[in-house]
Amino acid sequence: MIEIIVFAPLLAAIIAGLGNRLIGNLPAKIVTTGALLISCALSWPIFIGFMTGSETAYVDPVLKWVQSGTMNFDWALRVDTLTAVMLVVITSVSALVHLYSWGYMDEDPDQPRFFAYLSLFTFAMLMLVTADNLVQMFFGWEGVGLASYLLIGFWFKKPSASAAAIKAFVVNRVGDLGFMMGIFGVFLVFGTTSIPEILDRAPEMAGSTIGFLGMRVDTMTVLCLLLFIGAMGKSAQLGLHTWLPDAMEGPTPVSALIHAATMVTAGVFMVCRLSPLFETSQTALTFVTFIGAATCFFAATIGTTQTDIKRVIAYSTCSQLGYMFFAAGVGAYGAAMFHLFTHAFFKALLFLGAGSVIHAMHHEQDMRYYGGLRKHIPITFWAMMAGTLAITGVGIWFLHAGFAGFHSKDAILESAFASGTEMGRFAFFMGIVAALLTSFYSWRLMFLTFWGKPRWIESEHIQHTVHKTPEEAGADTTGGYHPHESPWVMLTPLVILSLGAVFAGFVWSPYFLDSAAFWNGSIFYNEHLVHAMHNVDTWVKVAPGVVMLIGLAIAWNNYIRDPQAPARFVGMFGGVYTFLKNKWYFDELYDLIFVKPAFWLGRKFWKWGDVGTIDRFGPDGAAWVVAQGSHYARRVQTGYLYSYALVMLLGLIAAISWIMVR
Amino acid sequence: MTDFSQSLALIAAEELLTVVGLVLLLCAAWMGDKASRMISIVAVAALVACAFIAAPALCGGLMGPERVAFMGQYTADAFAAFAKLLIYASGIASLIVAPRFFGQVGAMRAEYPILILFAVLGMNMMVSATDFLTLYIGLELNSLAAYVLASFLRNDERSAEAGLKYFVLGALASGIILFGMSLTYGFTGSTNFTAVALAMDGTLATGALFGLIFVLAGLAFKISAVPFHMWTPDVYEGAPTPVTTFFATAPKVAALALTMRVALGAFGTQVDAWQQIVIFVSLASIVVGALGAIGQSNIKRLLAYSSINNVGFLLIGLAAATQEGASAMLVYLAIYVAMSVAGFVVVLMLRDAEGRPVEVIADMAGLSRTRPALAWALAAVMFSLAGIPPLFGFWGKFVVFQAAVNADLIALAAIGIAASVIGAFYYLKVVKIVFFDEPANVVAESGESGVDALAHKVMLLIACLFISPLGYLLTPWLGELADKAAAALYFVG
Repeated sequence: MIEIIVFAPLLAAIIAGLGNRLIGNLPAKIVTTGALLISCALSWPIFIGFMTGSETAYVDPVLKWVQSGTMNFDWALRVDTLTAVMLVVITSVSALVHLYSWGYMDEDPDQPRFFAYLSLFTFAMLMLVTADNLVQMFFGWEGVGLASYLLIGFWFKKPSASAAAIKAFVVNRVGDLGFMMGIFGVFLVFGTTSIPEILDRAPEMAGSTIGFLGMRVDTMTVLCLLLFIGAMGKSAQLGLHTWLPDAMEGPTPVSALIHAATMVTAGVFMVCRLSPLFETSQTALTFVTFIGAATCFFAATIGTTQTDIKRVIAYSTCSQLGYMFFAAGVGAYGAAMFHLFTHAFFKALLFLGAGSVIHAMHHEQDMRYYGGLRKHIPITFWAMMAGTLAITGVGIWFLHAGFAGFHSKDAILESAFASGTEMGRFAFFMGIVAALLTSFYSWRLMFLTFWGKPRWIESEHIQHTVHKTPEEAGADTTGGYHPHESPWVMLTPLVILSLGAVFAGFVWSPYFLDSAAFWNGSIFYNEHLVHAMHNVDTWVKVAPGVVMLIGLAIAWNNYIRDPQAPARFVGMFGGVYTFLKNKWYFDELYDLIFVKPAFWLGRKFWKWGDVGTIDRFGPDGAAWVVAQGSHYARRVQTGYLYSYALVMLLGLIAAISWIMVR
Repeated sequence: MTDFSQSLALIAAEELLTVVGLVLLLCAAWMGDKASRMISIVAVAALVACAFIAAPALCGGLMGPERVAFMGQYTADAFAAFAKLLIYASGIASLIVAPRFFGQVGAMRAEYPILILFAVLGMNMMVSATDFLTLYIGLELNSLAAYVLASFLRNDERSAEAGLKYFVLGALASGIILFGMSLTYGFTGSTNFTAVALAMDGTLATGALFGLIFVLAGLAFKISAVPFHMWTPDVYEGAPTPVTTFFATAPKVAALALTMRVALGAFGTQVDAWQQIVIFVSLASIVVGALGAIGQSNIKRLLAYSSINNVGFLLIGLAAATQEGASAMLVYLAIYVAMSVAGFVVVLMLRDAEGRPVEVIADMAGLSRTRPALAWALAAVMFSLAGIPPLFGFWGKFVVFQAAVNADLIALAAIGIAASVIGAFYYLKVVKIVFFDEPANVVAESGESGVDALAHKVMLLIACLFISPLGYLLTPWLGELADKAAAALYFVG
C-alpha cells in the first residue's frame, strides 16, 4: 500500500511529463490529479490507524541500493506515526493543489509540464518522509529541491522567475552542504546511515569529542549543527531565508504546496525524525531554539510592511516555521509537528485564497490596489477569514476550543515557557511579540483586501483590462471592473482546507500534544515537558490571546478607522519603516559579501583562466598549430620534382643517421 | 618443398592473368579501341576467376612448405590470398568505373584493362614474393604499368605531368630498393627472406643495416608514407579518376602486404632496428596527411592526403610487430579499400551540367539538396574515414590501436588517437559543405541510365553497406580470415 502512495505520483509525473503535448492537457491533468487522490485516499486510513492504535510501525524494503564495503543501505519505505502525519499532510494538500490548479492554470499553454512537476515534487517529498536512512532522505531532499527549482522557474521566460529559481537553488546548496557533511559525519561516527540504528546508538556517543576544523569539539553537537544547517536552508531560517520570498515568483498553487505546506517543513520534519539525536546535545538544541525564535520575530516584522499579498504570506510562513523550530529546540517535538500539521492546512488555505483573489483581480498582487472585495468574492473571503482566524490563533483558552492555530501555537509558546531555560524564555517572548505582529499583518491583509473602498483602478493590470487611466475613471475607483468568483475546482479546495483550518486543532490536539502512545517512539516524547506545559501560569496561557487582540485592534485602527494612520507612522519612524520594508537589508548584504565577490572571481576565472589560459593554449592554440602546420605542409608541396626527390633523400639520410647514432 | 609441376599449379592465378593479358593485348592490337568494352569484360572475368583461385587458400588458412613454389621464391599462402582478394576487388572496381569516365572524354582505349591486368599480375607477385628477386620483378611490373596508367590521358597536361613525376620518383625509389637489396645480399649471402632472416639474427653489421633501411625506404615510397609521400597528391590529382581509384587501393594493399612480409619476415629478426623508424614514419604520415588535407580544395587531392593519413594508421599495426598487429592491418586494409572505392565512386558520379567531372570541393556545396543519396553516401565515407563510430572505419582504427596497446606501444596509440582528431576536421568539413552550405548548383542531376550508371550505383551501395554499421556483422568473419592470413605470415617452417 505504501508503495502505491509513494510511486503513483512518480508514475503520473512520468506519464504527464514524457507524454506532454502528445497526450494533451486533459489526460495529463486527470492522470496526475487521479494519482494524488489515490495516494491521499490510501494515506488517511494509515493515519487513522495510528490514531486508533491499530497500525504499528514497519519498514517496507523496496530495492537494494548500495553495498560497498561497510556501507550498506537499501531503498526502504518507513511507516510510523511521524511518517503517517506527513503522508496525510503531503497527499491531502497536494491533491487539493492539483485540483485547484485545474482552474488556476487553465489558460497556461504548458499544463502537462506543470502537473508533471507537481506530481514529481509530491513523489520526492514522500520519498523524503518515508526515508529509512539518511541517504534516501537526502535523495528526497534534493528531489524536492529540484522540483521547487523547476516550479519557481515554471514561467521561465520571465527573467525574475528564472533568477528566483536560481536563487532558491543556490541558497539551498549552502544548506545542503551542511546536510551532506552531517551525513558524512554520521557515517564516520556511527558507521551507518540507517536512521533507527543512529538513534539507538546516539546516547552512547553523547559527550565524546571529535576533531573538526582543527579543533576538538563535542561529537553530537557538531553533527546536529551540521544537519541543522541543512534544515535551515530548506526551511528558510534566518540567514538562509532569502530565497523563500523570491520563490513567490512561481505560480500560486506552487507557493501553497511547496513553499507553505510541505517542502519548507522538511527541515522541521528532519529535526523531529532525528529528535533523539538532537536530545544528546544541549548546545545544538539551544542553537535551534535561538534560530527559530529569531526567525519567528524577524520574519514577522518584515511581514508587516510588505504590500505584495503573496510576500506577506511568504514571510508569515517563514515566521511560523520559526515557531516550529523553537518548539523542537525546547524539546516539544509533538507541538512542533502539531503546528506543522495545522499550519499546512491554514497556510495552504491562505495561499490558495490569495491565488483566488489574484485570479479575481486579473493577476494584480499588490494589496494597495485591492479593497472592498468582500462582497464580490464571498466564498474566497470566508475561506481567507477561516485561514486568518486560524493563523492568528483565535480561541477561548479556558474552554480549550479555537481555530487550528490556537491549539498548536499556544502549545508551542507554553512549552517554550515551561522548558524553564533562559533560551526558552527568550523564545517565549519572541513568540509573543511575533504573535502580535502575526495578528497585525494578517488582519492588515484582510482589511486591505476585503474591506474599505475599492482602489482597483490604480492597478496597471486593471487599467489594461478596462482600458482606462485613473483620471478617466474619476470617482469610480473600481474603473468599472467586475471581479469574478473563481470556478468550483478552485473553491472546493478552499472549502475543504477551511474545514481543516477550523477543526484540525480541536480534533487532533489530544493526539499530537498529549499522547505518548500516539507517537509510539517515532519522536522523542518529553512527558515531563508536556506535564509542565499544561501547568504554566494563567498569564502565560492568556498572553497569546491578548496580543492577538492588540494586533487586531491596531490593524483595525490603521486600516479601517483611520486609513491615514500608516502614512503618519511612516512619517514619524521613516527609518524603521525603510529598514523593514527592505527586509533588514539581507539581500543587499549578501550581494555585497557573497554575490559580488563570486561574480568577480568568476569573471576573473573566465577571462584569465578559461579564455586567457585554457582556450589560448588549449583549443585555440591547438587550432593555430594545426593551421600553421597545414600552411607549411602546403608550402613544402611545391610541385617541383627535385624538391620531392630531395625530401625523399633527406628522409633516407635521417633514417640512416638515426640508425648510426643509436 | 614442391617440385616444378606443383610450383606451376601454385601460381595458377598468375599464369591465368599472363595468358589472358597477352591474348587481350593481341585482340586490342587486332580490333582496336572498339573492342575495349569486350576486353574490359574479359579482364573482369579473369579477375573474378583469380578470386576463385585465391579464396580457398584463404578460407583454408593454407600455409607451410607445400605452398612454397620455385625453391622458396614464391609463396601462395593464406596471407597472399587475403591481399590478392583485396587487389582483385580493387582491380575490378577500377575496370568497371573506367568506360563511363573515359567515354565522356572520348579516350576509352583497349590498353586500359590490359594495363590493369598486368599491374595486378605484378602485385600478385609482390604479395607472394618470399625472395628479393621476385619482389623486385613484381614491383617493377606493377610500377611500369602504373606509370603508363597515370599518364593515360596523354593529351591532358596534368595526366602527363602525373605520369612523369611518378616515373622519375618511382625510378629513384627503385634505385634505393635495389641498392638496399644488393647490400643485404652482400652481407647475408642470400636473397631468400627466410635465409636473410636467419643470417641477420644477432648483432648486425652497419652495411646490413643500411641495406635494411634502403629496402624499407623504397617500400615506403610505394605505400606513400612520409617522407616518401610527396608524389602522392600530384599523381592522384593528375591521373584520371579511375586510375586514381586503382592507385589508392590495389598498390597500397600490395605494397603494404609486401612491406609486412619484408619487415616481419626477412627483417623479422631485427625488429629493434626498424621499429622506431616505423613508429616515426607512422606518426609523421598521420600528422602530415591530416595537416596537408586541411588546406585542399580538390577532393582527389584531399583523398590523396587521406590515404597518406590512413597509411600512418596502418603502420601503427606494423610498428607493433606482432601477429595481432599484422591481423589488425589486414582488417584495416579491407575496410580502407571499401572506403576508398566508395569515396572515388562518389567523385566519379559527380558531373556538372556539361558532363565534366566535378573535383572542387566548394562546387559540392548543397549537394544534399540536389542529390541526397549521393550526399549521404559521401557523408558515410567521410565519417568512416574519420573513424567515427558506428561506421565501420572506426573498427579498423580500433583493432590497430588495440594491437599497439597490447604491444606496449601505448604512447603511439595515444598520439595516433589524438592526431585522428585533426583528421576528423577536414572530413567533417566536407560533410559540412555538402549538407549545410548554400547550394552551388554545379553538380547536375544524374539523369543517366544504362549499365555503367547502374554499375556505379551497385558498387557504391555495396561499398557503403560494408562501411555502414552493418559492417560490424562481418567482424567475426573478417577477423577470422585476417587471423588466418596473419598466422600464415608468421608461419615458421
